[in-house]
Amino acid sequence: MKNKTSIVLTGVGGQGVITAANLLGKAAVNAKVGVFVSEIHGMAQRGGAVVCTVRMGDVSSPLMPSGTADVLLSMEPVEALRHICYVNKKTIIITDKNPIIPFTVAVGGEQYPKVEDIFKELSSHAKLHPLDALHIAKDAGAIITKNTVMLGALAASGILPFNPEVLLETILDDVPEKYREINKKAFEGGMKAIKKVIRTH
Amino acid sequence: MLFFSTTCKGNRASFTKMVLMMSELTEENPGKQILLLGNEAITRGALEAGIDVATTYPGTPSSEIADTFSAIAREATRQNKDPGFYFQYSVNEKVALEVAAAASFCGLRALTCMKHVGLNVAADTFMTYMYVGCRGGHVIVSADDPYCHSSQNEQDNRYYALFGGAPMLEPTTPQEAKEMTRLGFEISEQLSLPLLLRTTTRLNHARGPITLQKLQPPRKKGYFKKDPLLVTVPATARAKHPMLLKHLEEAEKLSEKSPFNEVITIGKPQDVGIVTSGVSFTYVKEMAEELHLNVKILKLGMTHPIPRAMCEKFITSCSSLLMVEELEPFLENQFKQLAFDIGADVKIYGKSSGHFSRLYEYTPDIVAEAFSTIFKVKNPFPAPVQSTLKAPRRPPSLCAGCPHRATYYAVKKAASKDTIYPTDIGCYTLGKEPPIEVADVLLCMGSNAGMACGFSIATDQKIVSFMGDSTFFHAGIPPVINAVHHHHDVVITILDNRTTAMTGHQPHPGTPTDGMGKPAKLIKVEDVVKGCGIEHIEIVNPNNIKETTAGFKRALDFKGPAVVVSKSPCILLEVQRKRKAKEDIQVYQINQETCKRCKTCIGKFGCTAFYFAEDGSVHIDPAQCNGCGNCVQVCPFGAIAAEESP
Repeated sequence: MKNKTSIVLTGVGGQGVITAANLLGKAAVNAKVGVFVSEIHGMAQRGGAVVCTVRMGDVSSPLMPSGTADVLLSMEPVEALRHICYVNKKTIIITDKNPIIPFTVAVGGEQYPKVEDIFKELSSHAKLHPLDALHIAKDAGAIITKNTVMLGALAASGILPFNPEVLLETILDDVPEKYREINKKAFEGGMKAIKKVIRTH
Repeated sequence: MLFFSTTCKGNRASFTKMVLMMSELTEENPGKQILLLGNEAITRGALEAGIDVATTYPGTPSSEIADTFSAIAREATRQNKDPGFYFQYSVNEKVALEVAAAASFCGLRALTCMKHVGLNVAADTFMTYMYVGCRGGHVIVSADDPYCHSSQNEQDNRYYALFGGAPMLEPTTPQEAKEMTRLGFEISEQLSLPLLLRTTTRLNHARGPITLQKLQPPRKKGYFKKDPLLVTVPATARAKHPMLLKHLEEAEKLSEKSPFNEVITIGKPQDVGIVTSGVSFTYVKEMAEELHLNVKILKLGMTHPIPRAMCEKFITSCSSLLMVEELEPFLENQFKQLAFDIGADVKIYGKSSGHFSRLYEYTPDIVAEAFSTIFKVKNPFPAPVQSTLKAPRRPPSLCAGCPHRATYYAVKKAASKDTIYPTDIGCYTLGKEPPIEVADVLLCMGSNAGMACGFSIATDQKIVSFMGDSTFFHAGIPPVINAVHHHHDVVITILDNRTTAMTGHQPHPGTPTDGMGKPAKLIKVEDVVKGCGIEHIEIVNPNNIKETTAGFKRALDFKGPAVVVSKSPCILLEVQRKRKAKEDIQVYQINQETCKRCKTCIGKFGCTAFYFAEDGSVHIDPAQCNGCGNCVQVCPFGAIAAEESP
């Protein structure tokens, strides 16, 4: 797996997973790195689980073999668990720690595991970095910047084949003028959070 | 999405260019690389070919092709300009194909896009269109959906190319999708045949870098030259069929020379070959490299007609061949036939040897595993990690505040338990899930009402069928007429939310604007139904559950065909409208002292904004509540009320 970076992005419909994957793809093009992104639309929305894959470098396919993700970036704890098939011991899992309880728990008698149990499970398979992205997004000025927080965290993991600035510039280019400042804050907040976690490891 | 910023002034001749400069996707800038969705790349390819007329009926995974045309056209309309092409969300795929075919007969370049099952609807037109042939280039895009991500089946539409006699291209990447669309118009014109661009979800919804090329100016207006051979009476059809076969011979010659068909080598290949097409190629290439195989790959981009001489040469150079193609053994069977015809001594692996499946999407894992077995090399990828914890299912569901939920709730109150609920294609199919469970049988667009007719003669059970307004206009009107003419005792419900919600809120004949953002004649569902001869029509607002229940009861009591039109806009559009108008969205909450935890709101109404806290108390998530307030009518204890403003 030389010169390849494989990232899995997961979350719940409406959390901005597809937007985040698209921005990563655009950043790669801006950095002149080869890239393919895969996403799921349609019936898969409406509050359902969403998964995107982003592959950079010397790649031909938008999909990766299982167990080969460099990063699993999850906007929700259980969605990281759902896509555990992509990780190996070296994979970095970055996940928000705020659960969104699926409706099947209320109606279908399903169980949402305790977040601490999810984290225990995730850390037994890969390198886990949980963060409170929701809180950081709120501090930055808007909950909807949570995906920007997550991208900041991803950039700080050092796994991307380009500088964090390229990704930040791409994001700021993409959002309307009036949201630039809060997105910048959100991105930097995400970066800081991960650096802090990585230092304490 | 497209972002437009530049304002344009100027005459029409140079206008196309200027409108097209307004977004990254539409800028001239030859040589520039941008990231595009496969579907957007197809639209770009059409613009680079000087598209004149584009038509569609929306359907995942094809929708963004047309939505991109629509976004460009609407922006042009907003600026009182001409986008350079005509675009239409047609009433269904058959009409879409016919509108575009007529444009082609006048010498214009036309594109029609649809999901795979849409081509079934357009098949009648498609089959004879091949006999007649086209004049201006016509690209027909079929978006197939292996794994049924958002479809009722996973049919392989490559057989339509074989069946009808259409030349076919199958792209592997967004860049190739753009190129195949652009050059597809030329191939179509060269052969006088409409061309099928066959795509799959993993191409439609993949993003990749695109190298922009110059945009060609459109022709704008054509001219229809009369020709008796366009009238397919039996004598003409008999004369036309051999001409189609002649065109296909020409097409095979093109296929032999096509740059889209090529041999790629990995390692130091000797006599082992792989034949592949579409997105499967991307898995084949990467996994062959990862597993250090020594193979030659015949990558077929023009898969109908296949380049016979090229394929025969490839077959004779191999002692074993592996066929890698999603879904049906379309190429595999043709290669076996070729091998037989030339008496080749070759072992062909693929679906019939059990190494690949006819089911679902392929993945790098599936390809690596097959390579490992056939080539007896180690699969370097570990078995996927399994979690000891079970993740709760998170299926898509009707949105909080969706008016369909209220309609379904009312129906269940009005109808007896063994009532049959034929349903249809749209968001409302999600009514299948508990606790709503008002969806018993589904075949295709419009099938609800046709089946309702059949159930009424086959059983004494009551029947209430459901379809959306867009589905009604698409394929729902003939079965309503059938119900009237044969006096079937059925209740047909039209869930009229004024949009094509599931595929991304496209307009339809019941909306006051068209796909170009221009005013359009709004056709009322109830007027059409009345014109069809329905004598009992109930028009209800589902957000009044009591009245809606009474309406369904009256419709059920009526002997003969009755129609209920349940009218309320899609909640997502309603929320969007309120936000734009800076109106408050009133959120609701549960009074914990009055709540008896009877669970009607969760267990029967099933609004997704409701949840149980750990102590078993019921709450409404204010972040999810869209403020429809229907839960207030549902709660037997009056425990739900609008949240007081702080």
